[in-house]
Amino acid sequence: MTAALLHSLFHVAAFCMLPPLFLGAINKTKALIAGRRGPALLQVYFDLFKLLRKDMVLSETTTGVFLAGPVVAVVTAIGAGLLTPVAGHGAPLVFAGDFVLFCYLLALGRFFTISAALDTGSPFEGMGAAREAAYSCLAEPALFVGLAALSHVSGSMTLSGIVEGTDIAPISVIALVAAAWFLVLLAENSRIPFDDPNTHLELTMIHEVMVLDHSGPAFGLVLYGAALKLFVMSALLSAVALPFGALHPLPGWAVFLCAMLAMAVIIGAVESGMARLRLNVAPKLLFCASLLSAFALVLLARA
Amino acid sequence: MAPLLLRTRLRAGHAISVVLTLIASLLGAGGALLALSGAAAERLEIVWNWPGGALSLQADGLAGVFLLSIHLIAGLTAVYGLEYWPLRHYPGHGRKLLFFSGLMTGAMTLIVLAGNGMLLLVAWEVMAISGYFLVTAESDKAGVPEAGWNYFIASHASGLLLLAFMAVLGHATGSYNFSDGAATGVDGPTANLLFILALAGFGIKAGIFPFHVWLPAAHANAPSHVSALFSGVVIKMGIYGLVRALWILPAPPAWWGAALLLLGGVTAVYGMAFAVNQQDIKRLLAYSSVENMGIVLMAIGVATLGKTANEPLWIALGLCAALLHVWNHSLFKPALFLGAGAVLHAAGTREMERLGGLAKSMPWTARVVLVGAVAICGLPPLNGFVSELLLYVGLFHVQGAATLSAWPAGAFAIGALSLTGGLALLCFTKLYGVVFSGVPRQVLDSTPRDPGWRMRAPMLLLAAACVLLGLAAPWLLPALGSVAGAWAPGLDVRLALEGAMETARGASVAAGLLLGSVAALWGALRWRARGALGRTMPTWGCGYTAGTPRIQYTASSFAQILAAQFEWLLHPITRTPRVDHLFPGPASFSQNTPDLILERALEPGARRIAEQMIRLRFLQHGRVQFYVLYLAVALILFLVLSQ
Repeated sequence: MTAALLHSLFHVAAFCMLPPLFLGAINKTKALIAGRRGPALLQVYFDLFKLLRKDMVLSETTTGVFLAGPVVAVVTAIGAGLLTPVAGHGAPLVFAGDFVLFCYLLALGRFFTISAALDTGSPFEGMGAAREAAYSCLAEPALFVGLAALSHVSGSMTLSGIVEGTDIAPISVIALVAAAWFLVLLAENSRIPFDDPNTHLELTMIHEVMVLDHSGPAFGLVLYGAALKLFVMSALLSAVALPFGALHPLPGWAVFLCAMLAMAVIIGAVESGMARLRLNVAPKLLFCASLLSAFALVLLARA
Repeated sequence: MAPLLLRTRLRAGHAISVVLTLIASLLGAGGALLALSGAAAERLEIVWNWPGGALSLQADGLAGVFLLSIHLIAGLTAVYGLEYWPLRHYPGHGRKLLFFSGLMTGAMTLIVLAGNGMLLLVAWEVMAISGYFLVTAESDKAGVPEAGWNYFIASHASGLLLLAFMAVLGHATGSYNFSDGAATGVDGPTANLLFILALAGFGIKAGIFPFHVWLPAAHANAPSHVSALFSGVVIKMGIYGLVRALWILPAPPAWWGAALLLLGGVTAVYGMAFAVNQQDIKRLLAYSSVENMGIVLMAIGVATLGKTANEPLWIALGLCAALLHVWNHSLFKPALFLGAGAVLHAAGTREMERLGGLAKSMPWTARVVLVGAVAICGLPPLNGFVSELLLYVGLFHVQGAATLSAWPAGAFAIGALSLTGGLALLCFTKLYGVVFSGVPRQVLDSTPRDPGWRMRAPMLLLAAACVLLGLAAPWLLPALGSVAGAWAPGLDVRLALEGAMETARGASVAAGLLLGSVAALWGALRWRARGALGRTMPTWGCGYTAGTPRIQYTASSFAQILAAQFEWLLHPITRTPRVDHLFPGPASFSQNTPDLILERALEPGARRIAEQMIRLRFLQHGRVQFYVLYLAVALILFLVLSQ
């Protein structure tokens, strides 16, 4: 009982504290590949502290929804983190159907991020909001059909059970779903090839352009929420891709940390290796992601 | 009936009739609660000299579920109508509106209580015809007569199919009894025929694809509180009929459930894809009703497959999801329609491209629409999430059952439901963002204001109910579960309900935590921003300082990326200006998305049939004696055939 409680506490602490480090690891990887020294590994923490101390500027067109955007994004990402299983022990919160809550929490965060962007009345932020809504709409089937394929194997209705069940799943199914979810991860978190997190040129972006008017602590929450979401989705993907469901809890944490480091390196490598796709090509890549998930189901139908 | 008796000049006439409606609604809702809490069905049989047998009424749990939403919405929309459609401003059709909404509410009550097929048909016709008069209340406005005709034809098609259903049922069972287990004895082909007739007949009323053609125009053109009544409860009568029909039919083959899942999935995606591309608030809401009926149909499909596969858990999940979603939709959709009515009332238009920035001048309406939008997207912590969650779990059970031949239909439905969820998010962020956020796109004659309390109170009540139902699902599920238990006699649904309860408890706990932590953090950020609230700046224009409200992102451009992806389905009519000179003059862009089935299939088809029918004109020459001859010949023919 106390062991489970300790693990839950550690889980919450890890999911709240590590995301900025994860972002730092990605940035470091990109810098090293490009031959630069790059920002410090802890730079995102410094940025967050700086933003929290700053004052805020609000636009005169905004309403309460504008501040709700970053708040809901952070709260829902933490909530999704509580539902994410880690190798060796399940998630702190488990119930039949929790995977739907996981996906819908992220959707709720998106709803308010988009609404906050539209709340400013800025045409640029409207553009970013429209792209975010359209891309994530096409990414949703890939996520759910992939979940369906994995739950078809394990017969489980909880995220922890689904992830544990991947130990017995055919490698081809795991590979297809992992590939599809990796595309979803890149699209949902506005990474290359869907969006470039580094540019601050308004017309090229999705996520950054939606938060142009947020400043100070509100922008800090935006940054933190984005890092949380990236961390949570990476954690889920690594848990699915690695067959360590029945591991002892303590080595489980070690595996988890190594896997997350590997994820950061992979994401950094992908971002260093390719350019952003043209806006009208990106939806096709997301259709591909849905098809990959669907193929995983077709493979299961044959088995 | 009160408005018929009251004189138009009587100032208090409207108030009196609303008070009477409220009393009736309270009685009806009280009866519904009794029916829901009671284990056994109350029956009333009156022997009547009537073709088809006795006048039989039954008030069981299923009837209670629908009665509750009928009377809640009828009461609230009547109060809303006091301010929205006051009798003294609309002396011409104000009384008509009051009378027929009362009549329609009565007819719907009778439909869900009818234990006899013939009685149901009569009530069905009364509902359909009073609906026609409600849709055509403003028959002098453009588009209204067409919408009315569409509705009228669709209602009659539905009535005819149901007449056929009752006739086949009567022929197969020997009675028109329309209560549980009445037709368990019918053989396979007859049962299949009955299923198809019920799906088509009730499906027309529910707006199931491809029978939805009447719905968008009718809902958009009726007065807003009537639209709320239509979307909130009238289309649910189709769902009621389908659930009742599946109750009385024998054990379903697997293809019934698969057909329901496929049809529901297609309906949901189709409805939402069209909703995304509407620029008229009420048309958008109407298409989203099509989508929601698709979701309910999928849930019924899960329950039906549960009956096929003897899986009580699927029945519990499927039927609870279907009935809960019926309740949910009858809360958030009327809230949104009443909100749209308030916007129309204040700003004088329902074109989203002309609106904007209303959250500043109409804060209460904005809050209600925001709650409705989050709820209708099925997002936690509101009520829509609980029913979609139950449906998802049910669908995952179906697609995980490799022994069931219909499991691919479950996988298809999962894909369709997730795509629908994404589309809904786009659609309703667009609705709220374009209408309420930013700055007004057009200068209006007067600043739009929030309506008075008689319009505001019903909207706020509905929004509050959306929040409450998101938290209270575990306490509602036992009542719905006992309906599911009665729906599938012989299976221990009560025990399986515990599985659904676990899911509902999870959703409820998550909703509570979410509401609490969002409120706390939002309060903290707001407190931190207290200094900035006093000295606001213009939105940053990225260096461009000469912006006008017209450069804001519009509804069409917000949906453009998706419209481009779904062009093969939507066939939007786009008028793009040609900009070819160095200094182009003013130009305009417009895009509208007419209904695919109506414009591309039904109307050309009907026109072709009408052209062919001209050849039969010679039969119709105006000589009465020949008409009498036709009658006599037809009568003799039928007499010979029936021997």
